[in-house]
Amino acid sequence: MHEMSLMVSMLEIIEDQARQEGFRRVTRVTLEIGQMAGVDPEAMRFAFEAGTLDSVAEGAELIIEETLGRARCPACGLEAPVEVFYEPCAACGQAPQEIIAGRAMRIVSLDVD
Amino acid sequence: MCTTCGCEDHAHAPHPKGESSGWFRRVSLERSLLEKNDAFAARNRRHFQERGILALNLVSSPGSGKTSLLVATLERLAGSRPVAVVEGDQQTSRDADRIRAAGAPAIQINTGKGCHLDAHGVEHAILDLAPEDGALVFIENVGNLVCPAPFDLGENHKVVILSVTEGEDKPLKYPDMFAAADLMLLNKVDLLPHVDFDEEACLGFAKRVNPSLDVIRTSARSGEGLQAWIDWILARSAALAR
Repeated sequence: MHEMSLMVSMLEIIEDQARQEGFRRVTRVTLEIGQMAGVDPEAMRFAFEAGTLDSVAEGAELIIEETLGRARCPACGLEAPVEVFYEPCAACGQAPQEIIAGRAMRIVSLDVD
Repeated sequence: MCTTCGCEDHAHAPHPKGESSGWFRRVSLERSLLEKNDAFAARNRRHFQERGILALNLVSSPGSGKTSLLVATLERLAGSRPVAVVEGDQQTSRDADRIRAAGAPAIQINTGKGCHLDAHGVEHAILDLAPEDGALVFIENVGNLVCPAPFDLGENHKVVILSVTEGEDKPLKYPDMFAAADLMLLNKVDLLPHVDFDEEACLGFAKRVNPSLDVIRTSARSGEGLQAWIDWILARSAALAR
């Protein structure tokens, strides 16, 4: 359940933006969570509901864009989808591969009033 | 931005009746949820680097024998090197009490509901402990193989402890942690004759997840491997001084 502390970090970023940009209410939060980031989207949704009460994001819609993992083989250069990062390269068997996508956890955008 | 169609300027024909056409603003951020932790971690790393301090982040499941192993390690290091210990647990100061009883300065961080240490909490503990230049700092994380993985504390190395009373397939089940570690201590090896732990399979799984992982077999009880572990620490500390 480190989703709860990620949630706290997210709220800090949102409150910080609210001060800078001068908005009072967030209606939608779009998050990008990589499938290999070790974050459970369902736990994130739960944490979001609980964590945004009495904040500028209370009642906001949460959109989670899940990005797929991608790896590049350091030996043969093949780029392919990957689910666990010790998966060997489908072409030459090299492991581990370099993960090039799917580990992000970030706020993409906020829709605000 | 139009709430009905998401367009940027409303030059097109009006939306059909009944659809509200309010306006909202979209703020693009692209900011990582870990940015604040990473900033504190970078500060800790700089602090350690400037003082020639070697910081190790010890991670494992609950019950792997981390604290006993650390106590045995500190007893062997006693007097030879300045040390400091940061203890993370959800509740109680029992671990820090054990460390202090072994003669090392220790600060307990109680994370409460938190399931991992973060770099900000560690910064405060380090400022309070004020380890000497060239010290060895041990950070014993909350017993948990999942949550501490993405939270950089500014350490030089993560050390993962796996005991032979656990399943040999843990490296495959919790690959993030084993991939992030530089050393695995296979602990409680004195119990191997009494448990069905497949050591060879375990090492195979660990190397599959992380081919460059060092492995040392240890037992706090029998003392096996403790010297090898201490040599590993001292070699890395000496490399910093160079």
